[in-house]
Amino acid sequence: MAYRIIESCVNCWGCEPLCPSNAIQAARPHFVIDGGACTECDGDYADPQCASICPVEGAILDGLGVPVNPPGSLTGIPPEHLVQTMAEIRAR
Amino acid sequence: MALVALDRPLPTPAATPGASGGCSAGGCGSSADKLAQLPEHIRAKVHNHPCFSEEAHHHYARMHVAVAPACNIQCHYCNRKYDCSNESRPGVVSELLTPEQAVKKTLAVAAEIPQMTVLGIAGPGDPLANPERTLATFRALSKNAPDIKLCVSTNGLALPELVGEICEHNIDHVTITINCVDPEIGAKIYPWIFWNNRRIMGMKGARILIEQQQKGLQMLCDRGVLVKVNSVLIPGVNDQHLKEVSRVVKAKGAFLHNVMPLIAEPEHGSFYGLMGQRGPSDEELQALQDECAGDMAMMRHCRQCRADAVGMLGEDRGAEFTLDKVAAMDIDYEAAMKRRAEVRAVIEASRAAQQQGRSQTFIPITSLKRKKPQPAPAASPAARFAVATTGGGVIDQHFGQAREFLVYEATAAGNDLDVRFLAARKVDLYCSGGDTCGDAEDRLAKTIRTLEGCTGVLCSRIGFEPWERLEAAGLVPNGEHAMEPIEDAVAAVYRELLAEGRLDAPAKAVALSA
Ligand code: SF4
Ligand code: SF4
Ligand code: SF4
Repeated sequence: MAYRIIESCVNCWGCEPLCPSNAIQAARPHFVIDGGACTECDGDYADPQCASICPVEGAILDGLGVPVNPPGSLTGIPPEHLVQTMAEIRAR
Repeated sequence: MALVALDRPLPTPAATPGASGGCSAGGCGSSADKLAQLPEHIRAKVHNHPCFSEEAHHHYARMHVAVAPACNIQCHYCNRKYDCSNESRPGVVSELLTPEQAVKKTLAVAAEIPQMTVLGIAGPGDPLANPERTLATFRALSKNAPDIKLCVSTNGLALPELVGEICEHNIDHVTITINCVDPEIGAKIYPWIFWNNRRIMGMKGARILIEQQQKGLQMLCDRGVLVKVNSVLIPGVNDQHLKEVSRVVKAKGAFLHNVMPLIAEPEHGSFYGLMGQRGPSDEELQALQDECAGDMAMMRHCRQCRADAVGMLGEDRGAEFTLDKVAAMDIDYEAAMKRRAEVRAVIEASRAAQQQGRSQTFIPITSLKRKKPQPAPAASPAARFAVATTGGGVIDQHFGQAREFLVYEATAAGNDLDVRFLAARKVDLYCSGGDTCGDAEDRLAKTIRTLEGCTGVLCSRIGFEPWERLEAAGLVPNGEHAMEPIEDAVAAVYRELLAEGRLDAPAKAVALSA
């Protein structure tokens, strides 16, 4: 099984130096994970490193094709609270 | 990469006295007085530093190279598609260089522009989140151009573990962006950090970041490294808190606390931009800068310059230093260093000459014309003036062409008239209010809004329509001091208005903010 980077990647380089398997390439239009090399960080780290630093929700999928960082997981604001939070921020 | 700078044609000592270009007539005077309050070892370090010394920035140049792409935290005002927002305007993308390319480019620029004194790494991510690339660049430069100072900016997370190595590489100052010292506030600015191979969310992450920043700051100060602290002013989040930040970081030994405005626009795609978080008004910013910077006017000239512009203030020489062109250049390091030493000697001689003429910026208030003879008022009202200039210390720009105004404040204290530089205000690069940027507002109205809180505007020339609109907004336009040194001209206009009794009422321009 392997992780995958999809087109919402912004090429920020966060993941590339962290990968214990050197599976990530700084490709264009976006970074890619070599599916053959990715170990899911198994044996190296408790958390997959690429998905633990990636700043873009949804940019990295796990072995089952599910986003590791779903909407709201990185901003800390669940989608159902978005409208209310926005109103609070706009009132500042 | 950036070379931001700063000089008009290099003055020779012979040409200096009486020359009207450059800052030869005491026009950029007051910073030296502010510097004089600093301890000697710090003063020596900032003297030639274009980022710290308001006066030096007319003479010396600095540049940035973008070698460090990754970042280890998330700031809500940053979109990682672009350069680090702590160091660059949002939405800017620099060309990423390898350490080898960065070294070659720096040496090439330093050979062509001998006023270069400082090389900084400030992105496009966090330099210390990319320690190998950052340190490799510094190592090679310390070797090949030991006369160039090195600096680094960081969010502070990885700072404590790298302080030792930083100090090995001839790095004389570090900038840390510290937006808070309270994790609860931190959680509203930093949604997560990457720490010990895990993502840590919310307050817990913010607490670690704050601890690392404070620890790193302390370690650097203990070793005598110059530390500047930047803070981003986020209304409703850390605005009141920044006074506390200022107190804490100065107590630890930061020599300068620089407050910068949040710039958040939806098109930049940052969390704040998309959520509609507003940035501070010029007035809010200035009030905080006054409280945090105390009497130190240094850094007020900070334009939050684009991190990839190359050249002297107001020009961009980036095209001369593309990777291809740099690769083709044949640089004699030794000769370039010798030339830099010569140029610096010339600059220093001319600055020393200017020091002697400095008393001109203080005009005895006893020379003011007053209608009724009476003792000088203990304190005359302070008045702010916006000045249109291309940056050489003289009033040399047409009102309509000014993309920024330098704001000066004149006060009469005792018998002296003191003119001090407060801040640079941009006109059209971003608009400063949340819902105030409607399409209907024309450029002139925006410009006038930028001038909020000022009494008058000094420029080399001004058209009829803007003149009338300025007057209607309660501002006094003045085009009579073209090519004069800024501080002298501001003093003259202040004196005139004071004599005419027009300084007692606060400027009506404030009404615009209602
Ligand atoms: S999951 Fe781990 S091994 Fe796989 S690409 Fe990401 S960092 Fe590399
Ligand atoms: S960390 Fe995420 S956004 Fe950045 S390069 Fe890797 S996949 Fe792309
Ligand atoms: S430290 Fe700089 S690059 Fe990192 S998130 Fe903050 S502003 Fe962006």
